[in-house]
This record gives sequence, C-alpha cells and structure tokens, in this order.
Amino acid sequence: MTAALEIDKLDRSFGALHVTRNVDLTLARGARHALIGPNGAGKTTLINLITGVLRPNSGRVLLDKQDITALSQAERARRGLARTFQINQLFRGLTVLENICMAIGERDGHNTNMWRSAGSKRVVIDEALDHLESLRIVDDALKLVRELPYGRQRLVEIAIALAQRPRVLLLDEPAAGVPSSESHLILDVVAGLDPNIAVLIIEHDMDVVFRFAKEITVLVAGAVFTQGTPQQIRADERVREVYLGQEHGHG
Amino acid sequence: MAVSETTPGRAARERAAEYLIRRHYFSWPEALPWLIAIACFFIFPDRMTFGSQVLIMVMFALSLDLILGYAGIVTLGHAAFFGIGAYTVALGFVKLGWSEPITGIIAAGIVAGIVGIAAGWFILRYRGLTLLMLTIAFGAMLLESGNIRSDFTGGYDGLPGLTFDPLLGMFQYDLYGRTNYWYVLVVLAVVFFFVRRIVYSPFGQALTGIRENVRRMHAIGSPVHRRLVTVYAISAGIAGIAGGLFTQTNAYVTLTVFDFDTSAKVMVMLILGGTGRLYGAFLGAAVYMILEDKLSKMSPSFWQFGIGLLLVVVVMFAKRGLLGIAEAIGRKTKRGQA
Repeated sequence: MTAALEIDKLDRSFGALHVTRNVDLTLARGARHALIGPNGAGKTTLINLITGVLRPNSGRVLLDKQDITALSQAERARRGLARTFQINQLFRGLTVLENICMAIGERDGHNTNMWRSAGSKRVVIDEALDHLESLRIVDDALKLVRELPYGRQRLVEIAIALAQRPRVLLLDEPAAGVPSSESHLILDVVAGLDPNIAVLIIEHDMDVVFRFAKEITVLVAGAVFTQGTPQQIRADERVREVYLGQEHGHG
Repeated sequence: MAVSETTPGRAARERAAEYLIRRHYFSWPEALPWLIAIACFFIFPDRMTFGSQVLIMVMFALSLDLILGYAGIVTLGHAAFFGIGAYTVALGFVKLGWSEPITGIIAAGIVAGIVGIAAGWFILRYRGLTLLMLTIAFGAMLLESGNIRSDFTGGYDGLPGLTFDPLLGMFQYDLYGRTNYWYVLVVLAVVFFFVRRIVYSPFGQALTGIRENVRRMHAIGSPVHRRLVTVYAISAGIAGIAGGLFTQTNAYVTLTVFDFDTSAKVMVMLILGGTGRLYGAFLGAAVYMILEDKLSKMSPSFWQFGIGLLLVVVVMFAKRGLLGIAEAIGRKTKRGQA
C-alpha cells in the first residue's frame, strides 16, 4: 500500500489556542477516508494545514513521499493536491465553463500565455465540458455561477477540483448548505469518484460517512481521538459519547 | 470520459464551446470609438491639442483598467508611472539630447515598466486597504523625491521648452496639434490592440480569476503574486507611454504629473466610464475631459461640482458606468428589432 498523503505529527497553535495537536494521518492511494469530530475540533484547520493555507508550528506533510511542508498552496496544488471549500469559493461573475477552464489552464500551464485567445485550445474546452457532463451540469455551462442555485454551485466546486486531476482530494463538507432534497446529487458524485484518487472527506452526516468511508479518523479538540474502520468507530463507546451521542441521540 | 451521444447534450456542448471560441471576435460597435476619434479630426480641426490630451488620458485610463478592472488591483498611485514616463522623455531630452519621439515613448514605457516590477513585487503581497495605502505612499514618495531634486526635475516650475524631432523624420508639428493627434491616436490603437489581446488570453482569464476569487486561484495552483506583478508592470509601462506622450505633446512637464490628483482623476474617469470592459476608459476619459473643459469655462471655480454630481449619479444608479448604460440601451434596441 503506497501512501498518497502522509501527515506526520502536525501541530499548530494560535497563541494560547492549540488547534491542531500532534496529528498523524495517512491516506493510501485511492483511500476513502472520513474526518469527523464535533464542531471546533479543528477539521477545517487540518485541511488548511495540509493545503498550505496555514503553516504548522511543527510536523510535516508528505505528498507521494515528497515533503511539501515548505511549499506554497499553489505549488502543492500543482503537485496534485486539490480541495473543495466548506463555503463555496467560485468565480461567481464567470460562466461555469470558464470556472472549469481556469483550473485546467493552471494545471497545464496555459495561463501564462498572453497572446493566444482563451478559447483557442479546443482540447481545454472539451475536457471542461467532459467534467461538466460527468457531473450532469453541462446544460449550465454558459450560466454565470452566481445565477445557479446553491446545490449546483456545490457541484461546480467539485468539478473545479476534479479538473485539477488531483491524486489527493480533500472535500470539506461537500453537501453543506444544500437542501436535503438535493444533497443526494452531490453525494452520488462523491461516491462515484475515480478510485485512483485518495479522498479525505469532512462530513457531519453519519449515514454518508458510514456509507462512503473505509477508514475514519475522529478528531476531538485538535487531536486524533481514535482511528479505525467504520465498524470499529461505530462500536466504539467513547466515540459515541463525545460525538455520535450528540448527533444521533435520538436514533 | 464518454462524450454524450444524445442530441441535446451535444447541442449544449457545441453552444458552450462556440461561446468561448468566439468571445474575443471583434464586434461592429467596437469600431465606433475609433470612427468618432477620426471624425473629430475633421469636425474640430482647431481643437486637436485638446483632442490629443483626451486620447492620452484614454490610454492612461486603459492602463488602469487592465489592473483595476481585470485583476482587481485597487490603486490610487498610478500617476507614479505616468509621471515616470513623462520625466523619462523630458530628462532624456534635457540631459541626453534624446529628441526622437518614438524611441522616447518606448524608453518611457520600459523605464516605467521596470519600476512597476520593482514596486509591484513589494506592494502586491498586500491586498485591500493596505495595498491602497501603499500605492498612495509610493506615489507620494516619488513626488517628494522629485521635489527634493528640483534642480534636476525643475520642480513645480517644470522643464519647459522641450522640442522633439519630426515624427518618423517626416511630419512636422503644427500649431493646432494635428500631427500630434494622429500620432497619439496611432499609438493608442497599437496599445489598445495589445491590451485587448491580453484581456482575452488565458493570462487575462487568470487575472479575472484573481479578481473574482483569489483563494480559489491559490487552491488551483495559480502563482498569483507573479501574475499580479506581471500585469502591474505591463500596466505601468502603458501608463509610462501615456506620460511620455503627455510630455511630447505639451513640450513641457512639471511635477504635477505625479500629484495624487492625477491618480484620483484617472480612477474617476475609469469608474465613470465603467471598469473591466476596455471601452469604459474611452467613454470615461472623454466625458470627463469634455465636461472639465466646458464646465471650467462656465464656472472656473465650481466646475468640479458638476463632475462630482455626475460621478455620484453614476455610482448610485449605474454601477457598470456610462458604458453600462450604453450597453443596456443597445440590448433594448436589439430586442425591439427582434
């Protein structure tokens, strides 16, 4: 089993607030790993540390065995690390198609070109359309992102990350803010992701977590509380107490 | 990934692709500003000195549109580069006897561009109000340096009596500024073509991406700082060319080119015309300059009230600028015909 992403003793404080405590986590190639934990456990902080939005005080992040701890966000992204955001981060004033082409252009290095027209590379457009088609939003290709309902925007968020052709994909609550009547559209996409991509997903819906994940890490107060298979986590009394009890108290 | 075989899917794909492929094609309304500029030569033959100044401000506003309208860099210090270009040409003549006009403005563009790289590398690490303050500070520093060395720059008395060689060694300058008008118009057309290419290129798309959502640009692997410094330098170079033309057409220059007023004025012009659409610079600069000319004759002390009022009305009721109003009318008449 080759590790696609390794997090080695990652630690980060904001002043007196110790938000990430000595976290270890390994994603094998093609992993389906869920990161769960109560609010304020430091899940999004961990993603920000992995992607380089934040720098750790100590510890390392390795992508395909290469130490990327010192690299910028952009350099990490170019090496195959993609993410989605908990709150949409899209080019709202551009069309859906342009949003996807942007990611392809950066991935393939087209975006340094000042002289060609942006539409002159048909392969880029076709690939972008393929991505939209696989998420069934090709009909929205020419709509401005800000004109789309939130659920569709969430799909664009994922489409951009997939257009980066990542080896490791970090999904930060992909169905957050989406009405439950539409969330299955997004979760179907997540379930159908390329098996070669290692996926780390933050998700609150336990049904989704248990259906999707093969491994689960429970984060509490910035530290790894426990790690295991869905069966182990489900059976763990302590997890039930700190986390599942709150969410599934009635079930 | 499989391509959809269903007809509607295919049609949607084709339509979407066509849009991106054709987006940069020239459209007929785009000829309008150029036709008007040429017509003005024949209609107002004795106002060509003023006309040249309008075209120079269009070029200056265009340089600002590239960074403000497309990349979203808010600056109130762009006069720095206009001034550097103006003084490159002026000092080139005074100190080195460099009187050939075309190489003069090329030099102005290069010098301003190099300063743009240096300044941009430093200040473009910041965003928002910090960046705005830094651009103002940078402009003020240049102005003060020029003031301290007024033996060199002529200070606010300026460097008068600059003379330049005939254009291409053939065309003499006339009293009415007609030669200059054509000269500036041709340079503007070249610069405009260049800017238009950039805006519709993948690089231009990336700039729009930075404006729309810089966090996402980092996340998809864009070297944001490098992109911003690059476009800042290009914009500085164009502002420098405009400044060089300003010196050449006026045959003198003073430190007022570095004034905060100059930076603020060009921003007002651009916002008045409409940002991020190239032609906003044309409309904004022309309307501002003509209003300034007319109003200051009507009321020498209160003319700014009129421009202020127009700006307030535009900002409140036409967020996309005067060009936005023109576009809305254009769409309406099109719909009326159909």
